[in-house]
Amino acid sequence: MRYIEPHAHMVSRVTDDYVRMATAGCQAICEPAFWAGFDRSSAAGFNDYFCQLTEHEPKRASKFGLPHFSWLCINPKEAEDVKLAEEVVALIPKFLDRPNVLGIGEIGLNKNSRNEMKVLELHVDLAARHDQLILVHTPHLEDKLKGTRLILEVIRSDKRIRPERVIIDHVEEHTVKLVLDTGMWAGMTLYPESKCSPARAIDMVEQYGNERIWMNCACDWGVSDPLAVPKTALDMRRRGHSAEAIDKLIFQNPQKFLSQSNRFRI
Amino acid sequence: MTRQEILDLYFMDARSKLIDLAAFMDRMERSSGPEDFRMKAFRRALTELGEGQKHRAEAVLVALSDPTTEPIPAATTKAACGAWPEGR
Repeated sequence: MRYIEPHAHMVSRVTDDYVRMATAGCQAICEPAFWAGFDRSSAAGFNDYFCQLTEHEPKRASKFGLPHFSWLCINPKEAEDVKLAEEVVALIPKFLDRPNVLGIGEIGLNKNSRNEMKVLELHVDLAARHDQLILVHTPHLEDKLKGTRLILEVIRSDKRIRPERVIIDHVEEHTVKLVLDTGMWAGMTLYPESKCSPARAIDMVEQYGNERIWMNCACDWGVSDPLAVPKTALDMRRRGHSAEAIDKLIFQNPQKFLSQSNRFRI
Repeated sequence: MTRQEILDLYFMDARSKLIDLAAFMDRMERSSGPEDFRMKAFRRALTELGEGQKHRAEAVLVALSDPTTEPIPAATTKAACGAWPEGR
């Protein structure tokens, strides 16, 4: 089995996770910028984090034979402070030429507030001006449906953004069709307690098809499983999916989307 | 897959979750004090599971979701709680 892990927060994981993922067939890991579990006190903290994502973490991954790619932004959980967000967004362009940077992400909404919307628009504008791919985080639990609708409105209203260059992550049964109908890509996040279980993710593939869709583990400092994608592939096999269909979902699809950035080479 | 195959693969897991669900509701009934909006939303979502319903997972998720369409004035917390507090 081969797979690409398109969404993992490896800065929060131990080296054993790299070993386990490589052993399971992982060919590449992509790491979006996210919330550290606490609010950073200044833009300088983000500058250091972006250096970590573009310098240190690729070196750490390479020790296990894994190519490491990253996405940059200020996460929606820290977007209520618009002034801080403006300072962070202004920092990002100088990192966009780094060899492992794929685009702007994971941007989006958390509680669907007005300030979060302003910061989302700033990021979308940044991506448009620099012709970057976009990876979007959709809100949690009761906020997901409303947030997904608001996010899709913002992105569709910017005519510079081509939908096939956007992935809307963390879809569930009530948002997957909304996303796919826009021509954007959909990401299913496999979590032990929230978001998608392996069985539900496979249900969605069986109902909505396997075009413009991927699966990821989004492992971070919380309850999450870095091997969720290969474990779900095993479940797909138990449900009778062919080796080719599994390979398409967990390797070929992420490769197709990510290869829209000429930096993604594995 | 056939229904028999789905049952072979998932019945024990679904049975276990069903009993957990029942035990949770019993635990709530045995405990004291007022409940909050989450349990009301939970009961509303349960009605989506009936025979003859379609797209139950989607319907449960929608029943637990914020139905409003306008951004809120400001985020006062970072966390979600799993159900929409009506009238927020």
